[in-house]
Amino acid sequence: MRPVTPALDPYAERARPDPFPTSIWPRAAAVALIVYVIYACAQMEISWERVATGLANAARFLGRLFPPNFARHELLVKGLLESLQIAVLASTLGILLALPIGLAGARNLMPPWVSWPARALIVVARSLHPVIVAILFVKAVGFGALAGVLALTVASVGFIGKLFTEAIEEISLKQVEAVRATGAPFLSVLAFGVMPQVFSRFIGFATYQLDSNLRNSTMVGIVGAGGIGGTLFAAFQRFDYDFVCAILIAIISLIMLGEVLATGVRAIFIDNATLADLFRRRGLPRRDRLVEDD
Amino acid sequence: MASIAASEVVRRRNWRRFTAAQRTARFMVYLVIVAAIVTAAQTIEIIPEFLADAPEQVGDLLARMWPIDWRSYPTDVHSALIETIHIASLGTLLALVLALPVGLLAAHNLVPFTPLNLLAKLILVSSRSVNSLVWALLFVGIFGPGALAGTLAIAFRSIGFVGKLFGEALEEAQPGPIEALAATGAPWRSVLTFGYWPQVKPAFWSIALFRFDINVRESAVLGLVGAGGIGMTLDAALNLFQWERVAVILVAILVVVIITEIVVTQIRKRML
Repeated sequence: MRPVTPALDPYAERARPDPFPTSIWPRAAAVALIVYVIYACAQMEISWERVATGLANAARFLGRLFPPNFARHELLVKGLLESLQIAVLASTLGILLALPIGLAGARNLMPPWVSWPARALIVVARSLHPVIVAILFVKAVGFGALAGVLALTVASVGFIGKLFTEAIEEISLKQVEAVRATGAPFLSVLAFGVMPQVFSRFIGFATYQLDSNLRNSTMVGIVGAGGIGGTLFAAFQRFDYDFVCAILIAIISLIMLGEVLATGVRAIFIDNATLADLFRRRGLPRRDRLVEDD
Repeated sequence: MASIAASEVVRRRNWRRFTAAQRTARFMVYLVIVAAIVTAAQTIEIIPEFLADAPEQVGDLLARMWPIDWRSYPTDVHSALIETIHIASLGTLLALVLALPVGLLAAHNLVPFTPLNLLAKLILVSSRSVNSLVWALLFVGIFGPGALAGTLAIAFRSIGFVGKLFGEALEEAQPGPIEALAATGAPWRSVLTFGYWPQVKPAFWSIALFRFDINVRESAVLGLVGAGGIGMTLDAALNLFQWERVAVILVAILVVVIITEIVVTQIRKRML
């Protein structure tokens, strides 16, 4: 074969351009990121020696966690039951309050003078961590489960209110207009025009919120708002690490049980499953969990 | 024939949306919910005197918070607030680094070996099941009080969240480009960077931003168990009943959280 002469080959003269050129910005961002990490570590006095000392500690610490000590199971069960009570009541109150507030925040159904205050309320309820809200309620209503219930109610109003508002704003208005055109009063419009469109998503939010409240109800006890968190924190401060381990195992099992139940409820209400379907292995389709908040 | 038609008419007249079994299932759920609410409401320990006292206490709280002690902001709140933001961002970065391999292992289309997938899912589930405050307690036990424990707590709590969502995004990737790359004989690193990464990139950054937003909220309370940040200042002010300082700290947290949310929303809008 005759070699291609340079004059005839269009690619020979200039080098071929890189088919995947890297732009300068990702590199600049990477450099900035590294500089930031070094700066932040220096600011917070994080150094390799500290990590190394800690790792030496870690083995001893983990050794003291095991085996878990279930000797004080009465205290454990009492705390878990209180956490459950807090989660159930806070979810109930939170959902009951969030429904009207979420509806009031929907800009496609409500005038601005109703929707903006409702939206502002939701933003404030969402902004503060439940544990911080719990501190304020402990001051207001004293130590105990009531403060936990109220704190988690606020968190639930923020979370469900936001999602419910968004769900209502995404509905199709045709059905709402059709119901309105029959001369139906406002409540009937809600019941037959809006509710059917958002019900399945609402079940999703509600089960997720119960799950989330269960997780948080094991925590608010750290500031004295009842539940297993107080027991956990006390055990930690007394260095009863084997009891800490037992409490952690109990909390994780409770949360996992809650997730199984939530999956069942979603299957029954969203996929119209029967009780028998729940126990069939392939009966349940895989459903994505909500990830709005965790 | 006529009798069949008649029974059909009866059946249609008594149309119901759900079958008897579906109705039973729904009824059982309602029953359990109502029973749970009633039992919880009856057995929860509420001290009536404390409840009756509440309005007075709230008044007292607001009166003590009132003139908000803004002068304490530059001296001790500001540096703690910056530390909180550092904890959130470093924790998120560390979580991204740690969650990437776990997410890759969890994706069945990428690692078609079920035991490894299950191992990865176990890591993700245990990371998510433990609250960040509990992670903070554990790391305070190991590394002592301070921002290091907080950063690690945020990172370990976020691994589950980021890894799970990243793994799911990977599993949803279209097989077409990947098969095309594999057919050219591309090594696995190229398949990852040119086949999977462009498909999951938007999801990845969206997850990262989302988690950063959550982490800013969470890092504000880690200090209550000694893991650094503004929570430690808050804890100190609470223990000394300095409510006018507590008010400054709460306002500072609120402002930072809202600013973070606005910034994150804007970045998402621009980038995605």
